[in-house]
Amino acid sequence: MDGLVLRKLGRRFGAVDAVLDFDLHIKPGEFVSLLGPSGCGKTTTLRMIAGFIDPTSGSIELDGKILSAPSGSVPPEKRGMSMIFQSYAIWPNMTVAENVAFGLNLRKLPADEVKKRVGAVLETVRMSHLADRYPAELSGGQQQRVALARAVVIRPAVLLLDEPLSNLDANLREEMRFEIKRMHDEFKITSVYVTHDQGEAMVTSDRIAVMNNGRLEQIDTPYALYSRPKTRFVASFIGRTNFLSGNRGNSMIDFAGFSVPLGMIGEEVTGGGPITVSIRPQAMKLSATEIAKDKAINLPGSVKQSSFLGETWDYVFQSRDGGLQFRVAAPPADVFPVGAPAWLQIDPAQIVPIAD
Amino acid sequence: MTSVSDTDAMSWSKDEPAKVRVPWHQRLQPANLLWLFLAGILVVLIIAPMWTLVVSSFTDAKTGGWTLHNYVEAYGKERHITALTNTLKMGAAVVVLKLLFGVPLAWACTRTDMPGRNFVRYSVFGAFIMPPYLAGVGWILLAGPNTGWINKIWHSLTGATEPLVNVFSFGGLVLVTAIGGFFLVFVLVSSAFEMINSEMEDAANILGAGPFKTAMKVTFPLVMPAIIGAALLSFLGAIALYGVPALISIPARYPVVVIQLTEFFSFPLRLEVAAAYSIPLLLITAALLGLQKLILRRKGYVAVSGKGGERRIVKLGRWRWVLFAYCMIVVSLAVIMPLFVLLLAAFSQSWTTGFSLDNFTLSNFHYVLFEHSSSQKALIGSVGLGIAAATVAIVLALFIAYIVQRKLLPFSGVLAFLAVSPYVVPGIVLAIGFYAAYALPPVALYGTYMILALAFITRFLPIAFTTSSAGVRSIHPEMEEAVRILGGGRTTAIRHVVGPLLKRTLAGGWLLIFVPAAQELSTAIFLVGPTTRVVSVVLLDLSEEGELEKLAALGSLLLIIIVAVVALGMRYLGRDFMLRRS
Repeated sequence: MDGLVLRKLGRRFGAVDAVLDFDLHIKPGEFVSLLGPSGCGKTTTLRMIAGFIDPTSGSIELDGKILSAPSGSVPPEKRGMSMIFQSYAIWPNMTVAENVAFGLNLRKLPADEVKKRVGAVLETVRMSHLADRYPAELSGGQQQRVALARAVVIRPAVLLLDEPLSNLDANLREEMRFEIKRMHDEFKITSVYVTHDQGEAMVTSDRIAVMNNGRLEQIDTPYALYSRPKTRFVASFIGRTNFLSGNRGNSMIDFAGFSVPLGMIGEEVTGGGPITVSIRPQAMKLSATEIAKDKAINLPGSVKQSSFLGETWDYVFQSRDGGLQFRVAAPPADVFPVGAPAWLQIDPAQIVPIAD
Repeated sequence: MTSVSDTDAMSWSKDEPAKVRVPWHQRLQPANLLWLFLAGILVVLIIAPMWTLVVSSFTDAKTGGWTLHNYVEAYGKERHITALTNTLKMGAAVVVLKLLFGVPLAWACTRTDMPGRNFVRYSVFGAFIMPPYLAGVGWILLAGPNTGWINKIWHSLTGATEPLVNVFSFGGLVLVTAIGGFFLVFVLVSSAFEMINSEMEDAANILGAGPFKTAMKVTFPLVMPAIIGAALLSFLGAIALYGVPALISIPARYPVVVIQLTEFFSFPLRLEVAAAYSIPLLLITAALLGLQKLILRRKGYVAVSGKGGERRIVKLGRWRWVLFAYCMIVVSLAVIMPLFVLLLAAFSQSWTTGFSLDNFTLSNFHYVLFEHSSSQKALIGSVGLGIAAATVAIVLALFIAYIVQRKLLPFSGVLAFLAVSPYVVPGIVLAIGFYAAYALPPVALYGTYMILALAFITRFLPIAFTTSSAGVRSIHPEMEEAVRILGGGRTTAIRHVVGPLLKRTLAGGWLLIFVPAAQELSTAIFLVGPTTRVVSVVLLDLSEEGELEKLAALGSLLLIIIVAVVALGMRYLGRDFMLRRS
């Protein structure tokens, strides 16, 4: 199988499984993020791909060749990968140009070829004018660009990124997200990106693998992950959401105070009995009067709390029948005072049944 | 989906035999061998001498059987017990004096606007470079009962015939021991003062505490652990010091443990009794260092361990001149006065005659360089041993520190523990252990430079390990991982990244070992042979022969060499590398 394949990958530290039964197939040229809270095993997974940690079960293979298995692993230096570290790990005893040339020199490339490629990559990351500086003379963002240049200049088989933006301030972080995306679009290097920041993952990735407690929860495109979360963890970790418990009957799902016909829900629901659904705040709309609309659910109630976030209002709506509470996002122009009666419309196509 | 992954799983298992798989026990073997190799070196350097020391203290010299007789002989005489209690009294008095010297100077140089702070700092640093026995000789020239300079001036001023001061007394012993070692108090306490963030004092001020109350309730308690630690180390240094008591305690008729130990080592040699007599020194050291650890662990002195924030300087007003005067007195007593008379004596035909052109001569230098039977060889030997000990200790410590910090081998903590353990062994006790283990047949290293080098390496291994360990710790492992993921092996990482980054730290550590190793006396005293004398031992010989001018000349030469090496180091490493806590 072409690309990077993790097969039933596991790593145990003492009695704790840091990573367990992790299956993942990353296609050549694809950019995949491992996203999850700290301690979920994403960095362990990345370091296993790099070869710094050996798995205790399962395997890692690249283009059909086994790199890691419990019985033995190819050392990091023989994998043809490169990595961007959380601390940047720019060598302070070498200039910018020397840092970038290091990997090329290890590959014994002729001097003029090294010079040409270093010059070209520094041009790409807009650092040519600082080629002779030492790292201590650079800002955090500039060090980050050097790390990026040093990693891509060797044209690695796989590029690994370990929370590379976590040490930058908010504005730089925003800028570097797009920088990383741009580099990927330019060089099409197969990339694995570890982060706990969903915004970063969504900007950069083709697909995002959400991890929790050492296991893969869901892997999907950013849009699918947001609009069709499969588990309670994914629904709550990516963005905000409302969870509703209901009961599936023959043709309807019954919630407290209202029911929805099965056919109107965006996904096929199998099995009967208790069910949990997720409804994003953006899948609902508040209005002052009842708007009769086909295929929409209309609930009477009132506004309980409101916070203005600039780009949106964040309202808490409580329904009259059943006393359900919803968080609803509304555009800045939709102003409702706290306590005002209101109607809540829910788009049934955006109700997503999830596994608990 | 299921079927696809099945075929993949099969092709995977087909791939497996094609790859070369090495069983884990074979893969680990070279690593195990390295561990065994390093552990073996540490056994030779530390465990074997200490074990032999303890065993021989229970061994009958004639029959080789088990006995307690050595302890009876060691502690059965009143004189021997007196030496022990004298040592403890002297140690306690020295601690008080060292703190009186070191703490105010540390505070003045780090937290006040006292004038001449840098001058005081460098002078204290001079006290570190000057070996204690040379300061001792300086003070004999200054305060010898009849011919000492101070007394002669006193006689000519007052016409009195009784000496004003006498270095050959308990007070003289304590003073000279204290000035030779308060450097350590200064370094430890000033780095504690430098670590205190002024915001902590500001917090006390804003809550209503005045300057005095703030000092007593915040500043002082925060440096207390450093002061206690310095006091304990001062005590240990004082009771194990050999040079100063050798010069002073015999004429002062104030026997101490180290002198008693040399008596057991003179003819007839009673090695086993010496071993038994040295055990309390070892136990006291271990107990006090354990105590220090306990004290430091109890409270979380976060302020002193972190990097200091902004520090506020205390404005002393007129008092800054009082403090300056006090610092100058301490510095004069410790460095300026003894160094001045020592240099003067080195260029004099007779030091008692005093200061005149007729008295000027270079013959003392000619004598110690070209005429004396062993001093030229001793100079070369001391410098050579200093270089060898510093180099080997740093290389060995770097190996161990790297393995320990990067957790490359299982049980590497054992190596780290062994590497720092000589810290609890006083130099003179270490010498007895080495003598017992290696001097006599079958190893028969007595009279070789080898036994001296091994003992020096052991003595300074803890400094080397602490320095290397801090150096390796300061290099983020990702620095090396970046090399490896780009295609370089561990050796490439060490050559291109770890090595260059550690250069300065290691050079600093090297100098911190070279300086004391080139002057080392306590460890050398029982291990030198007739043809392997080191400078410190030759200096003591000259003092016994009463050749103080020649002694001063040889001592000056040693100082010049050490100062030259240190000056080179400062050029390369920056001026304050030794004033930082290692």
